[in-house]
Amino acid sequence: MLEIENLTAEIDGKTILNGLTLTVPAGEVHAIMGPNGAGKSTLSYVLGGRPGYEVTGGSVRFNGEDLLDMEPHERAAAGLFLGFQYPVEIPGVSNVQFLREALNSQRKARGEEPLTGGEFLKLAKEKSALLKLDPEMLKRHVNVGFSGGEKKRAEMVQMGILDPKFAVLDETDSGLDIDALRVVGEGINSIMRAPDKAVLLITHYQRLLEVVKPDKVSILSQGRIVQTGGPELAVRLEEEGYDAVMAA
Amino acid sequence: MSEDIDIQDREAREAAEKAAEYEHGWSSDIETEFAEKGLNEDTVRFISAKKGEPEWMLDWRLKAFRLWQEMEEPNWAKLGYPEIDYQDAYYYAAPKKKVELDSLDDLDPEIKRVYDKLGIPLGEQEVLAGVKGAKKVAVDAVFDSVSVATSFREELKRAGVIFLSISEAIREYPDLVKKWLGKVVPQHDNYFATLNSAVFSDGTFVYVPEGVRCPMELSTYFRINAENTGQFERTLIVAEKGSYVSYLEGCTAPMRDENQLHAAVVELVAMEDAEIKYSTVQNWYPGNSEGVGGIYNFVTKRALCQGARSKVSWTQVETGSAVTWKYPSCVLNGEDSVGEFYSVAVTNNYQQADTGTKMIHNGRGSRSTIISKGISAGKSDNTYRGMVRVAANADGVRNRTECDSLLIGDRCGAHTVPYIEVKNPTAQIEHEATTSKISDDQLFYAMQRGLDDEEAMALIVNGFAKDVLKELPMEFAVEAQKLLAISLEGSVG
Ligand SMILES: Nc1ncnc2c1ncn2[C@@H]1O[C@H](COP(=O)(O)OP(=O)(O)OP(=O)(O)O)[C@@H](O)[C@H]1O
Ligand SMILES: [Mg+2]
Repeated sequence: MLEIENLTAEIDGKTILNGLTLTVPAGEVHAIMGPNGAGKSTLSYVLGGRPGYEVTGGSVRFNGEDLLDMEPHERAAAGLFLGFQYPVEIPGVSNVQFLREALNSQRKARGEEPLTGGEFLKLAKEKSALLKLDPEMLKRHVNVGFSGGEKKRAEMVQMGILDPKFAVLDETDSGLDIDALRVVGEGINSIMRAPDKAVLLITHYQRLLEVVKPDKVSILSQGRIVQTGGPELAVRLEEEGYDAVMAA
Repeated sequence: MSEDIDIQDREAREAAEKAAEYEHGWSSDIETEFAEKGLNEDTVRFISAKKGEPEWMLDWRLKAFRLWQEMEEPNWAKLGYPEIDYQDAYYYAAPKKKVELDSLDDLDPEIKRVYDKLGIPLGEQEVLAGVKGAKKVAVDAVFDSVSVATSFREELKRAGVIFLSISEAIREYPDLVKKWLGKVVPQHDNYFATLNSAVFSDGTFVYVPEGVRCPMELSTYFRINAENTGQFERTLIVAEKGSYVSYLEGCTAPMRDENQLHAAVVELVAMEDAEIKYSTVQNWYPGNSEGVGGIYNFVTKRALCQGARSKVSWTQVETGSAVTWKYPSCVLNGEDSVGEFYSVAVTNNYQQADTGTKMIHNGRGSRSTIISKGISAGKSDNTYRGMVRVAANADGVRNRTECDSLLIGDRCGAHTVPYIEVKNPTAQIEHEATTSKISDDQLFYAMQRGLDDEEAMALIVNGFAKDVLKELPMEFAVEAQKLLAISLEGSVG
């Protein structure tokens, strides 16, 4: 589904991704772990097409298409979703307005009919219930005044509503309390666990992986994937730390 | 002569077709009858005669004209524009066929087509067609300078509301007009208001009698339609004791290469417990992306909150014009009277806007709120200029001012110039100002969710302007949002 080959990318002339290769087939959840500053968020931005992140080499294919050739909104319409490490506030714009516009733009790009206000609200309520987010929160402005945990939970409600094919979730677990972690983990399973979908799950901790249960775990360090294994790799990392595991 | 006009019109139309970037940039075919180019006493007499005005009105105009000749164009605003040659413009243009309409079906199909192009909302078109249950919005259509069609006059009449073109009002209600015309904005008020007093072509008169709540929103669509024609609209709204009226003013203009002068005057009077809500969406042609052409818009708008507990709200969305000079103000004479000013001003490319408000607190306990949102993009300049003045004997005055500027790109300017003059120590004045840049984080976040760059920009900008947009009547809110997006096209990246 997603094939990244020998990807290099730079910000302000500084190389951050340095020959990164990774393949995630449909039906898989692939966890990415790695030290601070390794380039995990950069990877997610490059996949999303963020301006300022310049790809200097390599390729990314998404369902057979050249992902790097698409505009950010085209990537979204093609089914790519980024769960942001730091979700962004948009004052004056309610979640309902934001997501309805976003969803209908995606649908339009795919040649589908737009959802009516009523249909959208029903969908939005359903997904907030799934993530146990008070639907009243949807009336509030996008992420404005949300607590750290609420922002992460709202990201997952957004994912539920937009129903992507492929999600890159950047530290969605950070800032969540213990109960919320379980709710969010189960939310990810229910939204994204499907034979035609896949997830790249960036995290620092084993806890979320106990709920989401990745098929594979990779270590990203200094801009490339240095090691790939099964779920046991995450357990080892938690016990021994990066230095020990990577040195072994 | 008429052949000349045809050629002009054809050229204008062709130019308009080329300029697809300006949605309303086109010209229509209706023949125009001009007054001779230039401005002198004869022009003033011509206009007055054309309108069939009584002697007193002509005298009033001539007095203004003589005052104007002694005055100098102001230059204190932060605006730069080439010198205007007042002798090189037309001061009067009217549709040739003056139609007396029995019903709107009789409306000139050409004019109807103009309305369609202007995008008058479907709801209003339904009302125009008399569809049962359609929301009532009266449209007093000002085509060029003369009112061509007035609808719903009957229903308004039953409520006792007078809603006429100012020319008709001068003929039919001379006493009312005489009583108030020039009382809020005196003839000698400023250069442009004085010019307007001499040559105003048409406009609107609204009178809401004591205790009457106007049964519908009143709206007027203005349009400049003849090349080189200065537009001098005159609006007078009087709300008697305990009455209420909401008035919508919106305008668009066709594509032109030459700069056009527009100097309107709007006077509002609110008596005891009366309320006037005045909403404007201004979309005069701003000039092309190189800064060529566009309307010069010098407007004087002022409200007299004369009675106790009277209230006036100005809400404006300013997206058009090459140059905007406009300060809708409230003179708060009444005890506990309320003045509000909600403004969104967008400038893009080479547009310049110097706009704001004056709140003059003379009444005890009078209150005012100012929310100004300036959005600048391209190489434009956007200035908020506001004054809050509290008279010595006005106790317990309160004002809250919030001025936010949003910059798009780094070649535009935003300026805030607040003047505060407080002569009474009990006044509570709050002033807050912020300047922010549209953030790449926000744009990318919205694009990642599926919006293209211009949709993302429109969303963020509408969010920024929300506190003002929510003050607009429903009919206008949607249009205004679209307008913000259209005016910022091409400013991303
Ligand atoms: N705009 C920028 N200019 C220069 N360097 C940058 C910029 N943005 C990120 N970097 C650098 O790129 C590197 C990778 O950052 P990135 O955010 O991708 O790390 P990460 O793996 O997500 O880390 P964390 O686990 O802390 O979230 C860091 O060294 C960071 O300082
Ligand atoms: Mg990160």
